[in-house]
Amino acid sequence: MSLEPELRSLPTTLALGLVFGLGIAISGMIDPAKIMNFFDFAGNWDPSLAFVMAGGLAVSIPGYRLVFVRVKPLLADGFSLPRTDRIDAALVGGSAMFGIGWGLSGFCPGGAIPALGLGRVEPFLFVAGMIAGMVLARGLQARWRQAAMA
Amino acid sequence: MTSIVNFTPIASLAGGALIGLSAVGLMGTLGRIAGLTGIVRGVVPPWMDGQEGWRLAFLIGAILAPSALYLANYWPIGFSVPVPTWTLPLSGALVGLGVTYGNGCPSGHGICGLARFSPRSAVAVATFMAAAAVTVFIVRHVIGA
Repeated sequence: MSLEPELRSLPTTLALGLVFGLGIAISGMIDPAKIMNFFDFAGNWDPSLAFVMAGGLAVSIPGYRLVFVRVKPLLADGFSLPRTDRIDAALVGGSAMFGIGWGLSGFCPGGAIPALGLGRVEPFLFVAGMIAGMVLARGLQARWRQAAMA
Repeated sequence: MTSIVNFTPIASLAGGALIGLSAVGLMGTLGRIAGLTGIVRGVVPPWMDGQEGWRLAFLIGAILAPSALYLANYWPIGFSVPVPTWTLPLSGALVGLGVTYGNGCPSGHGICGLARFSPRSAVAVATFMAAAAVTVFIVRHVIGA
């Protein structure tokens, strides 16, 4: 592990994290009640989340277009993009499971991590469960691969 | 009956634009997807790959920003958790399992993936939005009716 190029990029990524957290807080994505109300079309509906997506894509679509004009990013040797474009059962099943968990509490990873900064206990309970779920999924995936190779 | 509550179009558009800006910045500098699934996973064993530094810096920034707003008493938008506490670890576990298999959440698939016009991300976003809507409907209007 060579630390030097990484160290150079730390102030930049810290700043980008601050911008992300600010966006999550201002947009209302940090508030589980607001998220649940977005999905409650049949009750107390709050359409705000659609505006978060619209605002995000209005910047990221043209922004990515500009970024990908370059051969490589400013502080790294290349772009790290997903290598697969397969639409498979893991993608659909995993996303469905995520949606169920999201609907149960209104917390998603991008909302819950910034919410840790509010000094409330609820985001910690959610994030602890989330990390356990990630580790469990990794174990199951490794086992599945092993079984497939055997 | 549907009624519109707590609608914040301007703040949500502006906040969304900041999330997009962060995503563009991370792609332009480190060439990385600003998806919280990948970033959190990358600092949890056994995923660690020598790229923990920038991930931790990003996460610390993401936590500090709302902290600062909160401590400065600038809190235009509320925070409340309208579900029983015991559902939180359960919901977290489902989310952790789901985003690992599905390889992303609203930040990664939603803001970054859709901006690259990735069909995978479009399928993921449609699936988790639908699953969340069905879940909220069942919890609030079938069980809670």
